[in-house]
Parts: sequence; structure tokens; C-alpha cells
Amino acid sequence: MKFGVVIFPGSNCDHDTFYVLRDIFKQDAIFLWHKEHDLKNVDCIILPGGFSYGDYLRSGSIAAFSPLMQEVKEFAFKGGLVLGICNGFQVLLELGLLPGAMLRNKNLKFLCQYVHLRVDNTDTPFTSTAKKGQVLRIPIAHYDGNYYSSPETIQEVKKNNQTVLRYSDARGRLSDEANVNGSLECIAGLINKSGNVMGMMPHPERASEALLGSEDGRIIFESLIKSLG
Amino acid sequence: MIDKKVIAEHNLTPEEYEKIVELIDREPNITELGIFSLMWSEHCSYKSSKIHLKKLPVEGKNVIQGPGENAGIIDIGDGLAAVFKIESHNHPSFIEPYQGAATGVGGILRDIFTMGARPIVLQDALRFGPLSKPKNKSIMEGVVSGISGYGNSIGIPTVGGDVYFNDCYSLNPLVNVFALGIAKKDKIFYAKAEGAGNPVLYVGAKTGRDGIHGATMASAEFGKDLEHKRPNVQVGDPFMEKLLLEACLEVMDKDLIVGIQDMGAAGLTCSTTEMASKSGTGIEIDLDLVPQREESMTPYEMMLSESQERMLIVAKKDRVEEVQRIFAKWDLDAVIIGKVIEGGRLKVKFGGKTVVDLPVRAIIDLCPVYEQESRTPRYLQSAIELGSVPEPDDYNHAFLTLLSSPTISEKEWVRRQYDHMVQVNTVFLPGADAAVIRIKGTNKALAVTLDGNSLYTYLEPKTGGKIAVAEACRNLACVGARPIGVTNCLNFGSPEKPEIMWQFQEAIEGIALACKIFDIPVTGGNVSFYNDTNGISIHPTPVLGIVGMVDDTRWITGPGFKSNGDILILLGENKEELGGSEYVKSIHRMEKGIPPQIDLEEEKRVQEFCLEAISLGLIESAHDISEGGLACCLAECSILSKGKMGISAHLKDNMRSDALLFGESQSRIVITSKEESREEIFHLARERGVKAMDIGKSGGERITISQRDKKLIDVPVAEAAKAWWEAIPEIFRIK
Repeated sequence: MKFGVVIFPGSNCDHDTFYVLRDIFKQDAIFLWHKEHDLKNVDCIILPGGFSYGDYLRSGSIAAFSPLMQEVKEFAFKGGLVLGICNGFQVLLELGLLPGAMLRNKNLKFLCQYVHLRVDNTDTPFTSTAKKGQVLRIPIAHYDGNYYSSPETIQEVKKNNQTVLRYSDARGRLSDEANVNGSLECIAGLINKSGNVMGMMPHPERASEALLGSEDGRIIFESLIKSLG
Repeated sequence: MIDKKVIAEHNLTPEEYEKIVELIDREPNITELGIFSLMWSEHCSYKSSKIHLKKLPVEGKNVIQGPGENAGIIDIGDGLAAVFKIESHNHPSFIEPYQGAATGVGGILRDIFTMGARPIVLQDALRFGPLSKPKNKSIMEGVVSGISGYGNSIGIPTVGGDVYFNDCYSLNPLVNVFALGIAKKDKIFYAKAEGAGNPVLYVGAKTGRDGIHGATMASAEFGKDLEHKRPNVQVGDPFMEKLLLEACLEVMDKDLIVGIQDMGAAGLTCSTTEMASKSGTGIEIDLDLVPQREESMTPYEMMLSESQERMLIVAKKDRVEEVQRIFAKWDLDAVIIGKVIEGGRLKVKFGGKTVVDLPVRAIIDLCPVYEQESRTPRYLQSAIELGSVPEPDDYNHAFLTLLSSPTISEKEWVRRQYDHMVQVNTVFLPGADAAVIRIKGTNKALAVTLDGNSLYTYLEPKTGGKIAVAEACRNLACVGARPIGVTNCLNFGSPEKPEIMWQFQEAIEGIALACKIFDIPVTGGNVSFYNDTNGISIHPTPVLGIVGMVDDTRWITGPGFKSNGDILILLGENKEELGGSEYVKSIHRMEKGIPPQIDLEEEKRVQEFCLEAISLGLIESAHDISEGGLACCLAECSILSKGKMGISAHLKDNMRSDALLFGESQSRIVITSKEESREEIFHLARERGVKAMDIGKSGGERITISQRDKKLIDVPVAEAAKAWWEAIPEIFRIK
């Protein structure tokens, strides 16, 4: 199987994600350049974190219009696996592959810190190796991670069990305090209806080695590798 | 017309103007005058500091590049080199905090990647006035968001750094930015303009009118005209710089260029003249070819603009198209604006006419050098007399007050606004004495720390200089790193004041002495003079940035306790020293006394012992004693431990209790060890001639500290933690 990591101008977790896939998980991984149209036969596409196009206008908005993204859309419609991390999540929202939008964090500041995430849905290719209700410790780093959508949309999301990861405390309890950025329904990770496109604000690639402080992010990659294997 | 007024507006003395006329054998035109005013400014020329900086040791067997280039370079093995530097952006950050700090980050990063290194870590030393004043709060908020806005976007982690508060910074906040990058040893680039006929390329952002006279502004005192200086501050675009970074590194990887220099302070003027000067050549450029984002700019404005995110490249003649192709890939301008010429002159054309024709040597090498008059300051006499200080009635209260004083309290409010984890190298060590960044592909890590207590330096500049070096190295020892190189940022008042010059000379002497004893080379840095507003100078503030090497990531050590029941060992000696302490400043509202004294040889023994014991696996945690003394150090170890383990410490020293708890005697580290290592560790300490004292145990839910049989401090860890964590967020809470 082969992973493709997209590089937009301003991506800055592209090399991190690539490194973790290749050096930690020993996977076949390549970069995909935003100006191209060729997806090079990858099995899974990762939109990495960063500040695509400087996040000017609105986080992820300009990247959604890059040539490669039209192919990614096509790929997703055909059932291909797409994971958006942080800025990648924002791009997926702008592309319309996931419902909703991101507002500025509730404290109006950039937040870089470890958070706890409760896995609410393990019936996905991104979380299949987790136990339902398992709590993961993974860092976030964003300005606009305060998830929002209309009441109708959120009803729909809940009905379809699309909420995959939620901000919680270390014991998996939801609270305003644990919901650091103010997301609606404490949503940290969201999947599409057909279950092949996921966006998550926390950075699993930053929690894949014990030396750096946590290995809980490995679950995301291990699940992906298992489902592709 | 160049008259006295114009000369004065350019911050040149009449004598300096005379010298210019003599050197070029005619009157300069206004553009040429502008060029001289920039390159002869204190900021660019170091004319008042040069002779003193020569005292700093710059040699070392691993030094690849010492002072004089964009950044210093140290060989770190495995075919790799660490490229690092610290620089100030004080003046702009006062006028426009967000942009001032942001462009400070952008500027130092260009210094690093200009040399072929990918930046992997940023750190900031920040100094503000007390947060009880709304203006200081807004400056701090602006500076922190500026650093966050720029560093986060470009994707270089800002890890650690320090923040101090003192009234002397109310009208002169300090923003010192440190950056470090890693380069392949055989792919290092310099500011060279070799080979007549080689094309000179302008790459990156377009030129505007921003930042004109930035360097000159940083070379004068601020007065009442402060508000008018806002247009002198540049505006940063981290996205543009990210593209520039990637494009430059790609070009460098392919062997297409001769030399490269960033356009930072003094923009086109500085980059052209410095490149030519270093290669003994000249450069000819045509300003009509320079990409511009504003209309009808004059040659004067273009030569003096400090628009950000620009670079000057001298390409190999036959590879220039490849260079341009790479920049086009990243959607950046890369325009040939001139060429390298023989004869050592800077020639600038505009509208078909030559508007500048100057010998490079006159601009760079023949700038006057001053040995400014120096005199022992008058304030010292009364400042070093501490007088009588009453002991507090309630030590718990004094302890909690100190823990919540902004200088000591936790800076998480700042830290979490910075992306400190991007690049997946940051070893997570909350509250650690130094930032630790692993080097991918090896089992080594680099540690970085900034330090500089200006109160010590104010009271005794030489001691302050020594301690700044010693404490930074001690911070490194606590995480398991040995120091390998130094960069420094020397923030002082006006060098035209003899008392400031005295502080400067003394502080440098202290720094030089300590660096020699620790055997670490100074590879460069930055001098920031004129930190005066309305005639009031800041405390002398040398900030030392020291880089350390952790030879094996297994030995990375943090400050928090590892388990209950570990033995608490104090390395070094408690002395009755209260002068210049945070305790005397915060509790007794005095900036007085003789600062703690330091024996550098003893300091070195303590640090080497700490490193040795860590590498032998004898140490569980280590934390250095600094501001707030032993009591605050112990509290931090406790608060930062998993599950907030308490402490019971029993001290036997016979001295004033406040000095014992809060005094800031140097050369002390608190370590914890397993009970079974007790014998080995004390034996090793005796062998190495280091004083080690068993002072208690970790565990429980309270912090208790007693002296002989008297209990001085007894508070729940949770209460101490609240005081320490909440102080700064509370100040910024929107009510």
C-alpha cells in the first residue's frame, strides 16, 4: 500500500507526517504537489497540518481550490481513504468533503498543548484498532479549531455516528474545561457519511514516539495500515 | 541639499560626515548619504562595541564559523553542523509589538537558512515592564502573538525561552530571538560575491517603503517623537518566508549559487555591500529591475527599505535559469538586477543614470570605531547597600507570593500560544531548564537555553555576566547536555553615556571569563544599544544563548520528581546571600544589595558532576536553583512531577531563614535519586569534590520545608501549583 502526503505552499507538517509513515511505520510514502493532477496510484491521501497559503482569507480556503484537490475530491467520491490533520481537516471542510466549519478557538488564542480525546466510533478505517471509549493523549496546535455546524447538520452527524474523536478529560468525561477550543459537541475528529474521509484537529504524527512524550497517535496510523493491508 | 540638519537627521555626526567626504573625495548625494547612515549606524557597524567584543573567546576545535557571518556554526558530528544566533528586535517591538516581534522571528530565521541550514528551533528572551500597567500588558500580548503568528505559520517550533518583568523595561521592552538550524557540513553557504560577471539575483518579496531607517532608528534613543516612528517598523509575511525558505534550501541543495545574503536591516544596501566586501569585489545593480510593490519609489527609498522576506543571491553564470525555475515553482520572484564587478565599488543605476558610485571599503571597513568613555555609575554606591531587611512573619505567605510573582510563575500562558512541537523533534519536558530537540537519524539531541538576570548585572555587571553564562550552562547540565557554543545578545542603554559603557565593558569581561573557564566559544550575537527612552536606560541585560549536546537521548532528564520516596539531594552550598534576589525585589520592593557571588571553578565541578551522574543513570530528576531560591526550585520539582508529588525537606544550615529559602546563591542543583543509588552518588560527589547534601524525600501531598526543627513552609502542593500556574493567566483573564 502507498500513502500520499500533499504539499501545499505553507504546509508545515508535511515532512513530519511523511517521516512518521516512512521511518516509524516503514510504509511506502510519497509527496503529492498541489499544482499537479496525478495522484500516482496512492491508496491513502493525507492532507497535513500547516498554514496552506498562509491561511490567508480563511484557514484552508485557498488550498481547497488547488489543482490537486479536484483529483482528491474525485478520489474520495470513489471511496479512497483521505485523512486531514489540522489544516488538512480545515481544507476538507472547505472542500465540502466534511460538513461544518471552524471558528477561532474560544479563548481567541493559538493553542498548542496535549489534549485528551475519547474515541467514540471505532467502526472506521482510522480508528479500528482502538477500543470504544478509549482515551488518547495527543497534542493540538491551532488557532481555528472550534468546530461549528448548523443544528440540522449536527443532528445528521450524530445520527450517522460521524463523531469519531471528542475532547474529554483523562477519564473520558466531556466538559467545558476539557473542550479547550470550544468545539460544538466537543468534536475533535469527524468522518464523512460513507466512512472514508476523516478530519481531525489533533496531530497523531506528533504522538507516535515515546521519546517525544506520547505514542497514542499510533492508533490512527496503525488502523489505517490495517485497513489497507 | 545636504546641510547640517540633513546630516543630523541621518544620525551622523559632523565629524563622520567630514570623514565620508574625505573618503569619497566629494560630497555624497542623498542616496549615498542614506547608505552611509545605515552602514555606519551602531546597529550595522558595531562601532562602539567592536573593541570590547574582541575580549570574548571565539576559538574552539568544533567551531566552523565564528563571529562575523550571518550566524555561528559548530560541528556536531555525523556530518552535521548547528547554525545558530540570537538577535534583538527591541525598538520595533516597543513601537508596534506584533509586527516588531514577528519580523524579529523572520529576520533571525533568514540568518539561519541563508547559511544553508534548515531552522529547527526558535526561542525568545522577553523582558517587559510590570503587568500592573495596562500598556505593558498590551505590549506583552502583542509580542507573544507576533512571535506565535510568525513562528507557527512558518512551521518552526518555538520551545522555551524566558520572560522577566522589571519596571526598567516599561518604556523599553526587550525581544531577543534565538534560532538554530541544522546544515550538512559540506553544504554551508556564505555571503560571497565572487566571480566578476556572475549575475546578482533579487529573490522573494517585493520592495515597499516599509522599514526605511529601521537600523538608524535602532541606533538612537527614543524621545517624544515615538509615535511618528511607527512607519519605520517592517511588516512580516510568514507565508512568503516559508516559500523563500523552501526555495532557498532547494537551490542550495543543487549547487547553483556562489553566495547568498538576506536583506534584513539595511536591506539592499547591506546585502550588496557586505557580499562585495567579503569577496573583495564590487556589485552593480539597476534599481529599475527591482520588484516593487509601491509606485514611484526613489533610489533612496529602495536602497534603504527594510521590506521583509527578501534575499540577494549571486548565482553561477551558467546555472541562473535553474535557480529561476526553482523560485518559479514556489511562485516567487527571482530577478537578475545586476552583476558582480571588479574594482570594489557599489554602483547603482536608476532611470538610466548612475545614482550611487561608492567604494565598498569606505562603507564597510573604514567606518569609524570608537572607544567610548567609561565611568563607574553613581547609582552603585547606594544600590549595593542592602540595609536591614526584616524576616517575614509568615513564610507560607511569602512563599506563595514569590511563586506567583510573574518572573517566577509558570509561563504556560505564553508557551501554549507557540507551536512548540512542529517538526516532531521536541522532547516533551514541561518546565524543563532547557529545550531539548532530538536530531533525527541519530540518538543525540541538542539542548538550548537563554538566560540573563539583569538585576544582578545592574548591581554588579561583571558578576551578572559570569552568572548569565554559568546559569545557562547549569540549565543545560540539568537536562543532560554539555555546552558546545554560545551566542549572546547584549542589550544596553546608550553607549554615549560613560556609565553605560562601563556596564558594557564589565559585563563582557564577566561573560568572557566564564566562557573561558567553561571552554565554550562565542560564535556571534548581537549588540543592542540605545535602549533608553526619555533619558532612562534599561538595566544592562546581556542574554546568553547557549547550545548543548546530549550525547544519548536516554539520558535526557527533566525537573519533575519521578517517584515517591526518592531522595532529594542538594548539590552545592547554601549561602546567606539576599542581594539582588527576586525575594528582596518582590517582597521587600527593593532592587538592592550585592548579587550572589560565583566561583566559576566550583560551578564547573557541580555541572560536570551532574552530567556524569546522569550518564551513570544515578539521577532521576534535576532542576537548577535560580530566581526564588531553593524553596521555589523545590516547589517547581514538585508541581512538575507526575501526580504532583509533595516534598518533605529538612535543612540544617544555620542562617537567616529567608536567605536559606529564597536566597539565590549560585552553583546549586536539586537532584533526586533512588534510595539504592545513595551510596554511589555521595561517593562520586566526594571524589569529584562536590558538596552534596541529603535534604529529604519526595512524596506526600504537601510541600514542607523545615530548618533544623522549625517548620518554615507547609502548604498543599495543589495550593502552590495554583499560585504558580494561575498568576499570569489571571492577569490576562478577560473579566
